[in-house]
Amino acid sequence: MSSLTTHRYDVVVVGAGGAGLRAAIEASARGAKTALVCKSLLGKAHTVMAEGGIAAALRNADARDNWKVHFRDTMRGGKFLNHWRMAQLHAQEAPQRVRELEMWGAVYDRTADGWINQRNFGGHAYPRLAHVGDRTGLEIIRTLQDKGVHSGIDVFMEHTVTRLLKAEGRVAGAVGYERSTGRFVLFQAPAVVLATGGIGRCYSITSNSWEYTGDGQALAYLAGADLMDMEFVQFHPTGMVWPPSVKGLLVTEGVRGEGGILRNGNGERFMFKYIPEMFKAETADTEEEAKRWLEGDKKARRPPELLTRDVVARAIWAEVRAGRGSPHGGVFLDISWRDAEYVQRKLPSMYHQFKELAGVDITKEPMEVGPTMHYMMGGIRVDAESAMSAVPGLFAAGEAAAGLHGANRLGGNSLSDLLVFGQRAGQAAAAWATKNKPLEPAQAEVQAAVQEALAPLERAEGENPYAVAHDLQEAMQKLVGMIRARKDLDEAVERVAALRGRAANVAIKGGRIYNPGWHAAQDLRNLLVVAEAIARSAQTREESRGAHTRDDFPKTDEGKWSQVNVVCRQGQGGMQVSLEPLPAWPDDARAIITAKLEEVTTPGVAV
Amino acid sequence: MSDPGVQAPATSGAGDVALRVWRGDADTGAYQDYSVPKQEGMVVLDAIHAIQATQANDLAVRWNCKAGKCGSCSAEVNGMPVLMCMTRLDSLDLDKPITVAPMRAFPSIRDLVTDVSWNYAANQQIPPFQAGKMSAEEQARGEFRMAQQDVDRVQEFRKCIECFLCQDVCHVLRDAQRKDAFFGPRFMIRIAGLEMHPKDSADRLPMAKDRAGVGYCNITKCCTEVCPEHIKITDNGIIPLKERVADRYYDPVTRLWHALRGKT
Repeated sequence: MSSLTTHRYDVVVVGAGGAGLRAAIEASARGAKTALVCKSLLGKAHTVMAEGGIAAALRNADARDNWKVHFRDTMRGGKFLNHWRMAQLHAQEAPQRVRELEMWGAVYDRTADGWINQRNFGGHAYPRLAHVGDRTGLEIIRTLQDKGVHSGIDVFMEHTVTRLLKAEGRVAGAVGYERSTGRFVLFQAPAVVLATGGIGRCYSITSNSWEYTGDGQALAYLAGADLMDMEFVQFHPTGMVWPPSVKGLLVTEGVRGEGGILRNGNGERFMFKYIPEMFKAETADTEEEAKRWLEGDKKARRPPELLTRDVVARAIWAEVRAGRGSPHGGVFLDISWRDAEYVQRKLPSMYHQFKELAGVDITKEPMEVGPTMHYMMGGIRVDAESAMSAVPGLFAAGEAAAGLHGANRLGGNSLSDLLVFGQRAGQAAAAWATKNKPLEPAQAEVQAAVQEALAPLERAEGENPYAVAHDLQEAMQKLVGMIRARKDLDEAVERVAALRGRAANVAIKGGRIYNPGWHAAQDLRNLLVVAEAIARSAQTREESRGAHTRDDFPKTDEGKWSQVNVVCRQGQGGMQVSLEPLPAWPDDARAIITAKLEEVTTPGVAV
Repeated sequence: MSDPGVQAPATSGAGDVALRVWRGDADTGAYQDYSVPKQEGMVVLDAIHAIQATQANDLAVRWNCKAGKCGSCSAEVNGMPVLMCMTRLDSLDLDKPITVAPMRAFPSIRDLVTDVSWNYAANQQIPPFQAGKMSAEEQARGEFRMAQQDVDRVQEFRKCIECFLCQDVCHVLRDAQRKDAFFGPRFMIRIAGLEMHPKDSADRLPMAKDRAGVGYCNITKCCTEVCPEHIKITDNGIIPLKERVADRYYDPVTRLWHALRGKT
């Protein structure tokens, strides 16, 4: 029997990106004895890769902005499938969360007046993204990290959580192991916050790091929580396409925010052809108007390059399919018309990324870009106010949670999501821990979890975990990618089931001390739960909406499908899929969502 | 455990690339030879991943973003401290095997993974940002009013991705092993960044001088040379910090002033 160390806390936060750190800081500030458990070293979580900025209606760069416009933009960007209350709270609370970081030492870029500067981004009516060049995520994670380590939180770096434990129908703790030693740990706590991020490693072309294996989604699902909106997988329009080594690497939307222009292989500025009806009134329809907007004419409408990500990604896909792509199967993104010094100052890491990895000088020549899997809009279904899941005592925040973004996320809304709902989850978890005493998990469950984790090391012969993961990624990329059809989705569900059989037979050589093969074996169960949920949800939603495009159901349905979320939960015979009604919009929220832009802008601001 | 299910990267006709990778644990180790197919634009981390996926599942390496943004995959490639994800094979001499070793300034855990926990312990000893007095206008807005030019230098230091390559090449830490006396370049610029923040109100000069040991730096600038973020660590961070310490503690006029004000 394997020995195991037991730790007792009020709140255990799993994941140390923006949401996890913010939750832990909040829980600790409210008096909870708090542990922060993360797979990597502190400060390396995926938040560090966020580039363009954090969305909040600060009104520094354009005083016409306010929370109502942000709320409306978020709902429209999400094609109205968002949880209205989460979108409202997010828009209302993002400014204070952004400013709070400045008080904790974050140093955002400044306006000419010396306030926090804001840049334009897709789907945001006004310049709204506070930023630090194109390394905003680094600034946010470092600020939270430095705040966090002085907040009395115990940090467990390079620890993997493999199972949640329950007793009396609610959360009792979590089992995991330390990656550097392979020693098992039991965290006992009445409240657990999952802030584990996304699922990118289900796909072969992704902007996501190795950590994004859907751990939180799978842990929650296996503990009895609901997964919602899993069909909505965001493909970012601009990933690198060449050389092969960097295929999928993110090219920030900030490039378009700073005036980047998309052209196809024939040199045509194609986005004017793809403006959806819903955005026609707010989008420039000539190059001349788009140019005036870039030059600061506030009466001009936004260039079509700044349409929402789902629209731009599909347009690029359509151009490439029609044979109008760039030499390596993407399109051209050009910022070289801008002053070289300006490009290097506002987009320094893009400049270096292309210079060093692709041999392209973006101040002189266009980039080649194409869609890359980037973000999971769906995830653990939570209460809007408290971030608690269907399992009492289990909370979720950030990318691991569902609801805020609906069918498509706006750029910049992810970082603000982390802070707003990280703070809320930390607060609610601390409050829960004061009202609910800790429970003793059943020893048999603890030992079963340890045994499950050790099994791949005990098999003498079997599958290579990297091979199983690779085959899953290829299947998901091909069958459940950006453009979907019934036949492919049916095949995907079958392939996932077959891969589950192979995953159960993985064998690992070597010991427990920092053994990546063993770590990769742990990821497979989670990847497969998530992949099944994505494929089944995509199979179920027979329409096209936001990031979910069905070749066999190309229209957005204004009837049934506009009123339901697809929900997956564990049933007796496996994964059960159900349709559940969207929360109804109260009248005041409806009035904002359905208003014309000029009806919600701040009155009396001179243009 | 080679598996045909894992596709080796497609070759571009350029053939294979040979690597000598350090394999070992805390006590012992040796270089081991591997060969993987070469692909256009390939970086060292791609080659390590190919080995891991097809030949040695248990090859230990840290990495996250594979885009030069997280600072996880630091190693010594042909003796040079670099990020593996930003080192293209075609920048190296491929006539002989590429040597990949862990950072030598830190204790080994396994293969390419080292124990960097000392850095986190050092960071924890630095007093965090402390917001200073705000004007009425700033209070009303909940923001600081700071000119871009006044935060440019601080932002330069905040580009640090904590890859610890500067710590790896620092003579005080690597050769003299004086981790007890000197926090190293990474934390000199952290302290400098806080001290130069226009709105910070804490005083870290006593700790910069004593606990963090800024005086130990002898300005060889090896740290600046290896910084993947191109931060001018020595010129813009450590030297100004040394000057501030010198002004306070060693300038006779300032010393008298501080003696009168009761500061040490």
